[in-house]
Amino acid sequence: MTPILELSGIGKRFLSVTALDNVDFDLRAGEIHALMGENGAGKSTLIKTMTGVYPPDAGTIRMEGAAILPRSPDEAVRHGISTVYQEVNLVPNLSVMENLLLGRMPKGPFGIKWGAARERADRAIARLDLKVDVRAPLSSLSIAMQQMVAIVRALDVSAKVLILDEPTSSLDASEVDSLFAVIRRLRDEGLAIVFVTHFLDQVYAISDRITVLRNGLKVGTWTVAELPRLELVSQMIGRDASSLDRSALTVLSSAQGQPIIGAENLRRRNSVANLTFDIRPGEVLGLAGLLGSGRTETVRLLFGIDGPDSGTLSLDGRRISRLRPREAIRHGIGYLSEDRKREGLFPELSIRENMLVLHQVKHGWYRRVSKAQQKAMAKELAERLRVQPPDVERPIQYLSGGNQQKVLLARWLAVEPRLLLLDEPTRGIDVGAKFEIMSLVESLRQAGRSFVFVSSELPEVVRSSTKVVVMRDRKAVGTLEGDAISEERIVREIAAP
Amino acid sequence: MSRLPTWAWAAMVLIGLLLFNLFLTPGFFHVEVRDGHLYGSLIDVLNRAVPVGLLSLGMTLVIATGGVDLSVGAIMAIAGTVAAELIARPTGTPFEGGKSAPGLAAPMALLTALGCGLFNGLLIATLNFQPIVATLLLMVAGRGVAQLLANGQIVTFSEPAFASLARGATFGLPNPVWMLLGAFVVFSLLTRATALGLFVEATGSNPVAARYVGIDARAVKIIAYALSGLCAGLAGLVIAADIQAADANNAGLYLELDAILAVSVGGTALAGGRFSLVGSMVGALLMQTLTTTILTRGVSPETTLVLKAAVVVVVCLLQAPSFREIFRRRVRA
Repeated sequence: MTPILELSGIGKRFLSVTALDNVDFDLRAGEIHALMGENGAGKSTLIKTMTGVYPPDAGTIRMEGAAILPRSPDEAVRHGISTVYQEVNLVPNLSVMENLLLGRMPKGPFGIKWGAARERADRAIARLDLKVDVRAPLSSLSIAMQQMVAIVRALDVSAKVLILDEPTSSLDASEVDSLFAVIRRLRDEGLAIVFVTHFLDQVYAISDRITVLRNGLKVGTWTVAELPRLELVSQMIGRDASSLDRSALTVLSSAQGQPIIGAENLRRRNSVANLTFDIRPGEVLGLAGLLGSGRTETVRLLFGIDGPDSGTLSLDGRRISRLRPREAIRHGIGYLSEDRKREGLFPELSIRENMLVLHQVKHGWYRRVSKAQQKAMAKELAERLRVQPPDVERPIQYLSGGNQQKVLLARWLAVEPRLLLLDEPTRGIDVGAKFEIMSLVESLRQAGRSFVFVSSELPEVVRSSTKVVVMRDRKAVGTLEGDAISEERIVREIAAP
Repeated sequence: MSRLPTWAWAAMVLIGLLLFNLFLTPGFFHVEVRDGHLYGSLIDVLNRAVPVGLLSLGMTLVIATGGVDLSVGAIMAIAGTVAAELIARPTGTPFEGGKSAPGLAAPMALLTALGCGLFNGLLIATLNFQPIVATLLLMVAGRGVAQLLANGQIVTFSEPAFASLARGATFGLPNPVWMLLGAFVVFSLLTRATALGLFVEATGSNPVAARYVGIDARAVKIIAYALSGLCAGLAGLVIAADIQAADANNAGLYLELDAILAVSVGGTALAGGRFSLVGSMVGALLMQTLTTTILTRGVSPETTLVLKAAVVVVVCLLQAPSFREIFRRRVRA
């Protein structure tokens, strides 16, 4: 069968970083092709070369045999390549019809021909058998339905190739089912579909073929039958599951004492389920799993940003219905978010203020820590974590990502939390800083402090955790302790059907 | 790069304006002592800058939290009316009858203004109203409330003790100037000698991050709007004492806009975050110096507003690093 879309030898560099290197990819009409890979593997970049967001530096793209080079998403759409992104990229305040036809409203001498527009929208909706009033504002629809509207919009331009970039990440199980029904129907009509997701179950539920990328290289393409789950996960993380051993593992004695936090069957709708574990003084609880497996959601429950719908949470042995961040902080729990910009930084404020704002909060607003004392503390912390530049009066927005991260870590160290929740603390920072942060965690652990540690890098999780909860598809699927912690076991748990 | 304060540009324009007057407006810098009071254009500028100056102190905190308070002009009218009626007890109003209570006038007016500010703060912090909408409510309805209180009249009174709030002088300087100075000192201590200033800045800079470090953003916002209301009450008292009357329709009309301008000219970003009380004072003085300059030079009053707008645009452009960069390149080329 000849491919409808064929990419060969695609290369793309950003400054000095190679995002894609000599990647081939082919897509057939009437198939659902899953594109898999860990964070940073190059999935998004590959998709963006097809959709004209980043024209490739090298290689060719052929659509039905003819070479094309889309230079903008618009151009890609004209070639028949449409995309639906993870977040619904539509206008919530406009009606479904307006969203469907935005930028391509049928026009007459007196402006938009609303009657014709309405008809066209109705027809497009009917094609997928959706039950939607096209006059309703988009925001009145469920997220799943909005996602479908986005698909309908993508199809309205006689698309031959439909790219779905993590379309299910904000949907619940039944919504996923109805979305899949629509996707299958489109495949049977002969559309070629690229499906990007982090959910393994969904890959096996719907895909025909799977292509795996890793570090900007193509690892291979298989039919679903050829690639069992365990094999898929090994290919994605680049480790042969059978060859993984635990020789590098330092076995840590399991900790004693009353749990700081205990979770039993904790669940939050559309977020995470099945969480049962406790964290004792001196423990590092690793949360392992692929991106989107519910790791961040778990940490947010523990810090009280979100509340659980069911299950029990206990704090120092006392049952509580839910936490709030302020209470969590009062009880000595800290949270270092993976989203520095949105959830951590005060960009205009200085390094000193960013470091010590929390210390000041604990002190109370009316008892200001003197500037001299603040300076001394900030300097000491900056030296301990080797923050560059060492001038603590500079606004934090001018620091590199790694140094910003160190400042945010210092913010928590300044208040000496009993339990610190670290969500991807080492992402996007250089090796030296990574090592410094991880050895700091270990020395604090030995001093009796506890951590929850989320990382996409399995060796880091294995090396520093005393206990690992494995997560898959937003559920905790297994717990490993002591000797049992190894990359191999974790990979097996992630891949287990 | 040197670290100039954000209000440096406004200060430079202010100094430029003063220099202009020094050379081209005869008598602008002439100050004389009459009956132990200082008189002169400069003193006049200070005195007239007081209402906007007071408003801009509260407005600075509100804007730093990422909000805005449009209701301060209306709160001035309410506070002035409450004070006037407690003194005059006019017929046909809720304050009719009873004994004239000049001693109660100021405290009650301030309490009412504080209540108005709390109302704004509660709408915004607990019911999540958009600040512009919440304060617009009181901006529009507040004048109605003041008119209802005054039964549609302009309430006049004659009470020398109360009038001296605005007309008297202490150590040569008019009393309102002392009030502004006092309020400025109190605000500076309140925000910088405690951590309130830092919490306000953190809340405005990144509300999500502020929540995750345990800052009670609700309390911070309520405090900011309450203080803004209180400042408006004080400004309302000054105006009412000055004209010895409360005019529900016109007292403080559009002054909220002058206050917002003063704050923004003073270098506090309307998006929230870093704020500077000194900057807002410089801004308020700049606006008033400009008005007085235009008036003393006999320019028609209609032109005043246009000139004001032009100066604001110039200061805002000077504050923008990207604009200074263009300017620098032009100069070099």
